Amino acid sequence: MIRERHLNALVLGALLALPLWGFWAEAPFMITLATRAAILALAAVGLNLALGLGGLVSLGHAAFFGVGGYAAGILALHAQSFTPMMTWPITIQGTTSMPLIWLVAVVASALAALGIGALSLRTSGVYFIMITLAFGQMLYYFAVALPAYGGEDGVSIYVRNAFPGLNTLRPLPFFAICYVLLGLALLLSWRISVSPFGLALSAARQSEARVRTVGIEPYRLRLVAFVISGAITGLAGALFADLNRFVSPAMLSWHLSGEFIVLVVLGGVGRLLGPVVGAGLFVFLEHWLGGVSDHWMIFLGAALLLVVLFARGGLIGGLTAGSRS
Amino acid sequence: MSLLSVEDICVAYGPSQALFGVSIEVGPGEVMALMGRNGMGKTTTIRAICRLIGLSGGAVRFDGRDMASWPAHRVARAGVGLVPEGRRCFAPLTVEENLIAAARPGEWTLPRTVALFPRLGERLGQRAASLSGGEQQMLAIARALMTNPRLLILDEATEGLAPVVRQEIWAALRRLKEETGVAILVVDKSLRELATIADRAVVIERGSTVWSGSIRDLTGEVSERYLGV
Repeated sequence: MIRERHLNALVLGALLALPLWGFWAEAPFMITLATRAAILALAAVGLNLALGLGGLVSLGHAAFFGVGGYAAGILALHAQSFTPMMTWPITIQGTTSMPLIWLVAVVASALAALGIGALSLRTSGVYFIMITLAFGQMLYYFAVALPAYGGEDGVSIYVRNAFPGLNTLRPLPFFAICYVLLGLALLLSWRISVSPFGLALSAARQSEARVRTVGIEPYRLRLVAFVISGAITGLAGALFADLNRFVSPAMLSWHLSGEFIVLVVLGGVGRLLGPVVGAGLFVFLEHWLGGVSDHWMIFLGAALLLVVLFARGGLIGGLTAGSRS
Repeated sequence: MSLLSVEDICVAYGPSQALFGVSIEVGPGEVMALMGRNGMGKTTTIRAICRLIGLSGGAVRFDGRDMASWPAHRVARAGVGLVPEGRRCFAPLTVEENLIAAARPGEWTLPRTVALFPRLGERLGQRAASLSGGEQQMLAIARALMTNPRLLILDEATEGLAPVVRQEIWAALRRLKEETGVAILVVDKSLRELATIADRAVVIERGSTVWSGSIRDLTGEVSERYLGV
């Protein structure tokens, strides 16, 4: 058995080594796969804050992913077509600068999470799952009904957005951007989990009444966690839009919300690197089994079943059983 | 002026009424014993004070402010620290994490609580679920102290513990009384131990206050009639 700290280092090392090897072996699709895994992992790191630490099973996290994605798509569309986004009361132009797009994506998805969370967190359990799903679907149909931004056909980003000093059109620098952002999100997630805020959130997951009697209101804790969670997932959405150079309502679909939960459960709910392991396995299965059969999801389902039945704490929990870092 | 004043409160669980008029006054720095046989409403009284259950009559004032409409966490923030019956720590968290999660600024800090309960200091990194019953009880008290309360409420803090551990807990409570100005409302079955720490006592019987006064005046007749000892 291996210590969780060592396993974490191994996982992050592997995610870095794969694209470097792809670069050296002139296999750029390896870099793209690793980038995809890093971005899905980032989205799941966001979800893991709500799901793992807060115990909030959100079936609407694709909403934040999509909001982030549309923020990137819409800003880039206006910049590329040289049309202002709005002219009244102030003129707002589009942009192709990644840092600016990220800022807009994070703020927009945080606001969405604030609104959705403020209402959803009044419920709990199955009702919370259903109400987050309902909000996700509302945003999905809103995007479908947006003719200005392609409706069901979505928005294309002709040239990947730019980051000062890096050529983002090349796969490796773009991977590096995603990897660094994933690392920062993991750092933030770890800091939160050991902070008094994170500990209180964990405690509230176990017993609401007990945290109330020490003077903490669970609702506010959870709302803050939900907003941070949505913002991180929104950032991942902006990167995903740039990876595919395309945004469509599919980014808001409830299938994707479900997949995020699968990623977290596969890797290990509440484990720091659970989302990374889950996303890595997901992209691996999708690529290799996708080549074998169109119905590769059957194998993903089987893997999920095995993990849920036999590995408490997901793959990380199974591999580190009996040792604590 | 009293710190906590419970005035003639009534509480009902659905259609069945549990409290029919309980009154308790606890002054600043005072140690008050709340006594009564099993099922007489001691825990219900405490739950009503902490706003974990609603009142159907009477009032609970803390520091002169009526707490009737407050949510439970506001009561705790105002300075009421509860050590609930049956310990109830945050099981998946470690000892240190339990304490940090509850901490609010004030004189009680991690080093100071650990100094009061050295056993916890030896087990800071251990999960609360893996502690012995006595250690969990100490952790529950320490956690309540970390919220820097002005009134500490202990519900059956020594129930089901080994005599040695009970002595340790009583000793810690006596130190609390001597060294700090915290008021304590304590529910316990051991009259002998209560007599060494409490200033006054309230006895409740079938949901109403039937006796209150200095614990020294608690005569054999009263304790035999209401407490069965």
